[in-house]
Amino acid sequence: MEFQEYLRVERLPHVWCPGCGHGMITHALACALAELELDPRQTAVIGGIGCSGRAAFLFDMDAMHTTHGCAVVFATGLKLVRPTLTVVLTLGDGDAIGIGGNHFIHACRRNVDLTAIIYNNSIYGQTGGQVAPTTPVHRKSTTSPYGNLEHPFDIARLAIAAGATYVARTTSFDFPDMIKYIKRGIAHKGFSVIEVLTHCPTYYGRLNDLRDPYEMLHTMKEQTVPIEEWAQLTEEEREGKIVIGELHRQERPEFVESYYELIAQMRDGH
Amino acid sequence: MREQELVQGNEACARGAIYAGCRFFAGYPITPSSEIMEYLARELPKVGGVCLQMEDEIASISAVIGASWGGAKAMTATSGPGFSLMQESIGYAAITETPCVIVDAQRGGPSTGQPTKVSQGDVMQARWGTHGDHPIIVLTASWVREVFEMTVHAFNLAEKYRVPVILLLDEVLAHLRENVILPEPGELEVISRRHPDRLEDFRPFADETFCAFGEGGRVMVTGMSHDELGFPAQGKKAAEQLQRILMKIESRTEELALYGAHFLDDADAVIISYGITSRAVEEAVRLLRADGLAVGWLDLKTLWPFPDKLVRSCTEHAHYVLVPELNWGQLVREVERVVGGRAPVEHLGRLDGYLITPEEIARRVQDRVQCGA
Amino acid sequence: MATKQIQLTGAGGQGLVLAGIILAEAAMRDGKNVAVAQSYGPEARLGASKAEVIISTEKIAYPQVTQPDILLCLSQDAFDKYFSDAQVLVVVDATQVQAPAESRNIYKLPLVRAAAEQVGNRLVANVVALGALNALAELVSWEGLRASVERRTPQKYREQNLRALEVGRHLAHTQTKEV
Repeated sequence: MEFQEYLRVERLPHVWCPGCGHGMITHALACALAELELDPRQTAVIGGIGCSGRAAFLFDMDAMHTTHGCAVVFATGLKLVRPTLTVVLTLGDGDAIGIGGNHFIHACRRNVDLTAIIYNNSIYGQTGGQVAPTTPVHRKSTTSPYGNLEHPFDIARLAIAAGATYVARTTSFDFPDMIKYIKRGIAHKGFSVIEVLTHCPTYYGRLNDLRDPYEMLHTMKEQTVPIEEWAQLTEEEREGKIVIGELHRQERPEFVESYYELIAQMRDGH
Repeated sequence: MREQELVQGNEACARGAIYAGCRFFAGYPITPSSEIMEYLARELPKVGGVCLQMEDEIASISAVIGASWGGAKAMTATSGPGFSLMQESIGYAAITETPCVIVDAQRGGPSTGQPTKVSQGDVMQARWGTHGDHPIIVLTASWVREVFEMTVHAFNLAEKYRVPVILLLDEVLAHLRENVILPEPGELEVISRRHPDRLEDFRPFADETFCAFGEGGRVMVTGMSHDELGFPAQGKKAAEQLQRILMKIESRTEELALYGAHFLDDADAVIISYGITSRAVEEAVRLLRADGLAVGWLDLKTLWPFPDKLVRSCTEHAHYVLVPELNWGQLVREVERVVGGRAPVEHLGRLDGYLITPEEIARRVQDRVQCGA
Repeated sequence: MATKQIQLTGAGGQGLVLAGIILAEAAMRDGKNVAVAQSYGPEARLGASKAEVIISTEKIAYPQVTQPDILLCLSQDAFDKYFSDAQVLVVVDATQVQAPAESRNIYKLPLVRAAAEQVGNRLVANVVALGALNALAELVSWEGLRASVERRTPQKYREQNLRALEVGRHLAHTQTKEV
């Protein structure tokens, strides 16, 4: 199947702003589903609230647009009663680790076989450009008009620390890498996190003198260092840079499988 | 014949859920409802079901909604503070017409309140806790066996009408143990959601037919106002859809009303009660009738939708109406609205975490009736 | 009897709710209606704890005790809170509770000490108390009570609990009523 066949093309155009990176990530997800030749009747996309959550409306399969921060728990309930479904989450940074932070870390710990794609644009876009738990220090937003005084979360590191068993980070600039990591995340049995750094020209860019989407993409490219090269950098050289690539991979019993083993045992009367 | 058992209210709820076909439970520990999750953690895997302890009550109700869309009959149980946390997702369940059951074993509130003490303070929250106009069914119970029956009934209504159903218990009933003979398999009706006959042109939000994820329906579920296909809609379309889901419950108010009517034919004074307080009323009515007072009693099992017609007809000839409830005055407001000044309506409440006693109720009625209220 | 109202009181962790369940289940086996309500504070251990048991040949509507016929107190706090002269029978632990000497209805029995010395486990004082209460008040059949103890206590402690029942029964028969 072609990637278009996984999308409700009749629902296009999407709601995202011109120059936004979300369309590229969503495109990459559709390509990944197509390359894995997944049966759309056995695949579901679950989105949170925010710009990224709107991706759920575009997939021609069972899809859910949930409450803010809770996509991961809706998906946990779904996956536990439909273990054969492939379930992909489209989350924003605020959704995943702001309002949904507690759900997110527990999902990592629980290691349910879900694939979370985190559209990280460092800002709350849909509500008008407010500061996010991912906004870098000193950066401006409509609620940090004098520069952000808080320290941001590193989503990939948070996911690793909390127990996610597949963690990769890339940017919306690296289209082939997005597809590659999403495919690997889906193929991995366990909770997979693919953090995609992306750009919001409408708010983040406009408020921080980075208006041109191409320039923002390019800046992201320059700021990031593949993990293969990261090891060779000194602490000084790492300053202001972000490591990307396949950051973590671990085999650990997957929760749904463990639960159904328990059910099998209990049914046998053990 | 089956033997008598000594069963706790919470256990009866858990066993009722399994009887009704519940195969997914998610919850978070909270007094006085925790025994429900403890029982289901032991018993659900034995029948192929899943019981999850989540990180909080928001996660619990959200996982329940996800599981329901996976096709499972699903339930959560909590008490006041957790019930407050669940409200947003209860609204989601209402607008997405997700069958699910939420049990709230009420304790003294607000906030942490009196965690180990009884209350009936969540009656209004059960109706209006989530924002916006929404359909909801709220049931209650007074006896351990009734907890079992009402849990089954809650699932039946949730499945039949695609609506969240709330079962309001309370600390005393949740922890009370009584000798009961619980229903045998097949004794109570068990209803499951209706699947579409064909998927071609299936409109997942047109009526009560339900297509779970993984069954080929390409269902789009959103908490946004949506059309019959599940895609965002605004204005007139949004209003029409909301009206449909409101009316599917509101138009069935009379058939949804479960109640007990006692001694109402000749009653001058009518007591209206529900839940655990009904047990004190039963004793009080016996005492008052023995004293020769013409006292009747309406024992409500369905609190919402509030049965206006029933309450109106039961109070038509009353000269005095008393509503005892363990709060500062909640359901009494509905009774006042329906009685509409035809008779004085009084509230008898308690906030100290103890039950209203039969003597308190009897004394109040005696005082008022003898004063010619 | 038509209805008996029993309060088992003391501190959390003393097994009062379990004692209430055992007693109620025995009464149920005797064909009676029963209700066991529990009341406790926020602590899992040592806070005030109370189990209320109603045993009746009639339907039990109101599920809590209104006028206790029988009171058991395993702690001073519980005694101070729940004791009244109106009660027909009061059993207190002789070492845990200072009860007024002039009360006629009080039995002071060394329940906890007997559990420790004669059974070898002070945690079975709740069942010792049940044995004493039943000997003094004839609440349920001994056969039913033993069956209920067997059903509701862990295998590992079953023998100890059955012995505790006998110790309690014996205590009640041998101790003289204090005046």
